[in-house]
Amino acid sequence: MSDAGDTIIEISRLHTRFGTAVVHEDINLTVKRGEIFALAGSSGCGKSTLLREIIRLQRPDSGTIKVFGRDVHRIGDDEILELRRRWGMMFERGALFSALTVAENVAMPLHEHTDLDDELIDEIVAIKIVLAGLPASAGAKYPSELSGGMRKRAALARAIALDPELLFLDEPTAGLDPLSAGGLDELVRHLKELLGLTILIVTHDLDLLWRVADRVAVLGDGHVLGVGTMEELSKSEHPMVREYFYGPRGRAAREQAWNRK
Amino acid sequence: MSGSSPKSVAEANLEKTDEGGILHCAGSWTLQGIAPLEQQLEKFSRSEAGPLIVDGAAISALDTAGAWLLCRTMRQLARNGYTIELQGLRPEHDALLRLIQKHSGEEGVPGTARFGILERVGRLVWSHLLQFQGLLSFLGESTIAMLGSLLRPSRIRWRAILYNLQLAGFNALPIVGLLSFLIGVVVSYQGATQLARYGANIFVADLVGLSILREMAPLLTAIIVAGRSGSAYAAQIGTMKVTEEIDALRTIGVPPMDLLVLPKILALAVALPLLTVYADILGVLGGMVMAKSQLGVSYSDFLDRFDDAVKMSSYLVGIGKAPVFAVIIALVGCFQGFRASGSADSVGRQTTVSVVQAIFLVIIFDALFSVIFSWLNI
Repeated sequence: MSDAGDTIIEISRLHTRFGTAVVHEDINLTVKRGEIFALAGSSGCGKSTLLREIIRLQRPDSGTIKVFGRDVHRIGDDEILELRRRWGMMFERGALFSALTVAENVAMPLHEHTDLDDELIDEIVAIKIVLAGLPASAGAKYPSELSGGMRKRAALARAIALDPELLFLDEPTAGLDPLSAGGLDELVRHLKELLGLTILIVTHDLDLLWRVADRVAVLGDGHVLGVGTMEELSKSEHPMVREYFYGPRGRAAREQAWNRK
Repeated sequence: MSGSSPKSVAEANLEKTDEGGILHCAGSWTLQGIAPLEQQLEKFSRSEAGPLIVDGAAISALDTAGAWLLCRTMRQLARNGYTIELQGLRPEHDALLRLIQKHSGEEGVPGTARFGILERVGRLVWSHLLQFQGLLSFLGESTIAMLGSLLRPSRIRWRAILYNLQLAGFNALPIVGLLSFLIGVVVSYQGATQLARYGANIFVADLVGLSILREMAPLLTAIIVAGRSGSAYAAQIGTMKVTEEIDALRTIGVPPMDLLVLPKILALAVALPLLTVYADILGVLGGMVMAKSQLGVSYSDFLDRFDDAVKMSSYLVGIGKAPVFAVIIALVGCFQGFRASGSADSVGRQTTVSVVQAIFLVIIFDALFSVIFSWLNI
């Protein structure tokens, strides 16, 4: 199929405006197969908007976004459904269906998109829940009974329910304590290695950037300020990128990352 | 997706050899491909024991679902007495299989408990009793808060009261007016044929006056307001509860009772009697219009007779019930809102319950009033 080789996501000449506010101005990015790509930048720089545009929850004003070689904003409903089965999305606040238990949440895409028996689906669900780092007993609970960290993991379990090739994580560590956040870093890297996923993370967590991202794009002022590994970016001359990485928190995260190596 | 390619389906074939057997696995062992394979594999697990080689060299794609199926099949075969040897799997598939073997403990997701019919009835009764107790204690709580703010009138939130008065009272005028006018028309019309048969046309004023003023107007208004405002109270408070806004209010030092409950009760206790008076007027007007067109009773005759037939007490009985209904509606709406917990779903459920319960209680109290008034000969 026309998967355009090793390029999974290709964004070119993207513009987005909200009224008079310019969110994106001429954004060009590519994400390659098998990498963990992070979108970083300060709050309100349009990184979540970009993510929503990639998965077609929102429309850009102009420009193209190709995922698996298909222009997501210029294909029909059947084709977008096909694409949606190949990617998983974990929302910032989980977006678990509150009327369903965790296990039912994870089972929902499986019931919807496969014709497996209920028994096999239940077994697969149990594995996904454990893979996402939850105890199997959490499956019977409702999202409201879970802590913030467990809810994120449950959301991750739902995102990987269909064994997607591409996983989107929106602020996976926001609102978590350092220990849970660290656990989630590990989990993301682990999943990528074992399942061969391509992962796109939207985050402003510098620890996460240092620890898991293969490549990072820093957004700001509607532009891509820099793309590269964290080491390359930390040598960048751009004042906003420097400010981002060399603020007190940026430095601490960097030192920690070095120490770990 | 590779939906059209020949290898998109998973295959497994058992080949008998002298030593035992070889299970040839091929194709794409993925979510999309394994559905037909499941029954086939169960058939294998019923065959006889011996050494068995599972050959995975021809598996073109493997995902977690496929790995689990392979893992489960091998476990079943092993349990049936086979000695399993796995060979030929690609290294990345092997890694995935190991991961799944590690993470698939024997414990599954515990199912939700199912109860017998007796236990379910018991639980239902118990939960209703608890709810009734909760409503009573909520009544007590709001009474105490009410007394507290009467002692310190500066704590009364006039702005919130006026806002609720507009929302629940003024904005309800069109719908209450229209419906009570129509009810007046209907009552008068239904009576007209019977009264005309006896030549008792003028008594239509008695019929319309008493039924509208004593029963129809207060009840109709209360039901409309329960549907309009009681549900809104439950939804508002329920949503605030779910998003922790109620907790935020407590933290800031604003008692939710003072800000959210009392203004609603007070505003509705003023608005509902006023709406009832308005419904009285429109209802009688509807009856009058119908009396003229169907029975030929002129407006002045109607009003003359109305004056004689309907005593002041009938009017007051109708209006007197309204504040009680108002307290019931506001109390039940707020109470059910506070009972919402955790999810968007529960807000919806509590809102429905609030309307049903408010209307139920309003009608129960209306019946009680009728009994009491007939004892008192009013």
